[in-house]
Amino acid sequence: MSESNDNHWIGARTIRPDGADKVTGRAAFAADTSMPGMIWGKVLRSPHAHARIRSIDTSKAESLPGVKAVMTADDIVDFPTDTPVALGIQDMRWMCRNVMARDKALWHGHAVAAVAATSEAIAAEACKLIEVDYEVLPHAIEIDDALADDAPILHDFIKFEGKPSNIAGTLEHTKGDIEAGFAQADIVIEREFTTRPVHQGYIEPHACLVSVAADNKTTIWSSSQGQFMVRAMTALLTGLTQSDIRAIPAEIGGGFGGKTIIYLEPLATILSKKSGRPVKMTMTREEVMRASGPTSGSKSIVKIGVKKDGTITAAEGIYWLQAGGLPGSPIRGAVGCALAPYDIPNGRTFGYDVVSNRSKVAAYRAPGAPIGAFGVECVLDELAEELGMDPLDLRLKNAAKEGTKAVHGPTFPLMGYVESLEAAKAHAHYNTPLGPNQGRGVASGFWFNAGGESSAQVNITEDGNVVITTGHPDIGGSRAGIANICAELLGIDYKRISVLIGDTATIGFSNLTGGSRVLFASSIVVTESTRTVIRTLCELAAKIWDIDPDAVTWEDGEARPAGTNAGKFDPLTLAQLAARANESGGPIGAGAQINTTGAEGGFGTHICDVEVDPELGIARVIRYTVLQDVGRAVHPSYVEGQMQGGAAQAIGWALNEEYLYDKNGKVDNPGFLDYRMPVASDLPMIDAYMIEIPNPKHPQGVRGVGEVPLVPGLAAVRNALHDAIGIRFNDLPMSPPRVLAALDAMKQAAE
Amino acid sequence: MAKMHISTTINGEPEEFLCTPGETMLDVLRNQLDLTGSKEGCGSGDCGACSITLDGTLVCACLMLAAEAEGRTITTIEGMAEGENLHPLQQKFLEEAALQCGICTPGMLIAAKALLDDNPDPAETEVRFWLAGNLCRCTGYDKIIRAVLDTAADMREAAK
Repeated sequence: MSESNDNHWIGARTIRPDGADKVTGRAAFAADTSMPGMIWGKVLRSPHAHARIRSIDTSKAESLPGVKAVMTADDIVDFPTDTPVALGIQDMRWMCRNVMARDKALWHGHAVAAVAATSEAIAAEACKLIEVDYEVLPHAIEIDDALADDAPILHDFIKFEGKPSNIAGTLEHTKGDIEAGFAQADIVIEREFTTRPVHQGYIEPHACLVSVAADNKTTIWSSSQGQFMVRAMTALLTGLTQSDIRAIPAEIGGGFGGKTIIYLEPLATILSKKSGRPVKMTMTREEVMRASGPTSGSKSIVKIGVKKDGTITAAEGIYWLQAGGLPGSPIRGAVGCALAPYDIPNGRTFGYDVVSNRSKVAAYRAPGAPIGAFGVECVLDELAEELGMDPLDLRLKNAAKEGTKAVHGPTFPLMGYVESLEAAKAHAHYNTPLGPNQGRGVASGFWFNAGGESSAQVNITEDGNVVITTGHPDIGGSRAGIANICAELLGIDYKRISVLIGDTATIGFSNLTGGSRVLFASSIVVTESTRTVIRTLCELAAKIWDIDPDAVTWEDGEARPAGTNAGKFDPLTLAQLAARANESGGPIGAGAQINTTGAEGGFGTHICDVEVDPELGIARVIRYTVLQDVGRAVHPSYVEGQMQGGAAQAIGWALNEEYLYDKNGKVDNPGFLDYRMPVASDLPMIDAYMIEIPNPKHPQGVRGVGEVPLVPGLAAVRNALHDAIGIRFNDLPMSPPRVLAALDAMKQAAE
Repeated sequence: MAKMHISTTINGEPEEFLCTPGETMLDVLRNQLDLTGSKEGCGSGDCGACSITLDGTLVCACLMLAAEAEGRTITTIEGMAEGENLHPLQQKFLEEAALQCGICTPGMLIAAKALLDDNPDPAETEVRFWLAGNLCRCTGYDKIIRAVLDTAADMREAAK
């Protein structure tokens, strides 16, 4: 048995399997389903940024006609704060307090109680009738406020250096001798940076529909980045067993990490159990902005020393990341990725996880890594200027390569970072002259990527076509990539392959859609399953021809005798074999469940041109190029899409996006009008330059792609702005009022 | 509160429904008429995911009262394809991968069609400003803008 080497489908820009549904409005997202007898749930949220909950009286709400169930934190399983219960990247101690305030409301908008009623309007009315007795406490929003000597302490159980503190954890990486390294440097630059919390900004608000039957059999319809995560967390928070819960993954309207945790599902489950009715819950955009997790705001100090020839002798990055009201900021990404693109003999990164009275953060595309890279890539830009060196040359001189030991630990395998720098240098974009008020910046970035658990089932239909089921919600086109890979392996048209996402009852455990892992991991299990199917098909042909199975080969979608010695038989197509499946013992199909390894990290380099309007302070990105080692572009359009979308999010983070809080600790801009994400007229075309260096540890050479493109962007934009107007912004966002103020200050200083 | 009886035309078919005076067109489309292709991303007219046309004019269904539909003609994403024939914009979005998660896609298509109905030869900047009311967080807009421009070119060619 062997596979054909001719490649038809890997790298083809095929039509995605879910495409027709999505352009016609048929695709069912989280809020698009209803059930007979369905009622509506609504959440009562804290009007205070920090308050002790003395008591909750729900009696008036319960007696409102139309109300079918009311719940509070007392209905949710409590996880004591002294015993960690890890579930993936989350800890159930914090999850049980995140979905509903327990004893204390930790941010404005924190869920306090929930109601289910026959209409959304009645549920909302009932929420107003719930009487909560709050003891309002002083609050802290910003990092410096939370770290001040007299800061209000959010949690008595968190201690740092023996004292109650808002520092919930730390993480450190070291390599070499940092002091000696700085002593060897000819130039040392140290700068302080801040970034603001930004929301993932998925257009689909969180929503779910849950039905709990009298025997506890539970159906959850919701959109998430992992139906198995939904099942496990809901089970833990409600006391149900996992086998009683069928979590069905709806089409997901964007996640970017923000749907790797749940908010509504356990509440709807409890309300459904209490009422005996299916319960639908949807968040408003305002609720999404107030109560779901953005990524951290940060403060950092980055110090890098270089020799006169540009060789880095030492580098240090210290990061403080906001966790929100409960521990768990992505310090791992910040301290792990910050220095990763460089071969640094002496390095140290240190991260602090800081709680304050904002909604608990959730993952956001390469969590923490853009924050880590921002300071490092800004300091490198300044060093390049001091050295009189091209900023890409400075990076090339110090670039990590195969065999480099990273400051965060691993020794890098084959990877294409140097290639991204060389491609950037040679790119027409980098060599095009700039006009007045324009500037150009570059920056690089790294993300770990991930493998982990995946399951797939590949079944041959009786008419000789293919149905693949995997366990990962498809956010960006992964089904199209899987169809390409299976078509390639089987040697058939991709249109004969349907790819579906199974629910928790129909496919084996599969970890989250996150970490840039989905196509990497699911193509491993799909390849394994398809190879087993091909073996079965060859065995069937061997049986029909009465020859040895090893004398059968699979080529271009049909079984053929492996050579003249095998005998002379007409080939048997997939359809012919499927029709005769019973002759070999029955249905043809195979599954695989693997904890995948070999993902390896990803690197990219960005080039950004901005033009600044000196009257209005508006910085417009006028040209943008993303250059990245993408391993193997199984479906190039969706690889480019990841690169373009990541860059757009970076531009938003750099130029406009931020939460604005009032003095009471309430978000002042909880909507898309005032929380300013990039719109079509803000952006240019984004050139996605794919460098394909196949990952040797993957059957198709796949390397995670989705997260790297956010990492370099903040600094690329900032360095471009510096090039345009000569001002180094170390605090994001570089929004028009800030740019204008900086321009005015520069003008005044000149006068 | 007494409900109002509304007679309207949706996707070419006569339609009747009952609504309260405060209900939005989007609520009625999604929760009464099973036309869930129009999405609610914000409820405040900022994201465009609920874009529909009212007598040929592009509107956000979340900003329109359902009662305003009386005697008018509405087109939603469900009415864009003719039977099994996709509109050229729908086909081009598929071919050029102008969608990732797909939540903004119905609104984006309705808005793009309204543009091309009015202006068969828009410049890139015109497409970008016309679609500035339709948020997409996945694509960075690149492939969406290209798909709209390419569709316009194809349709002009076909009209020759």
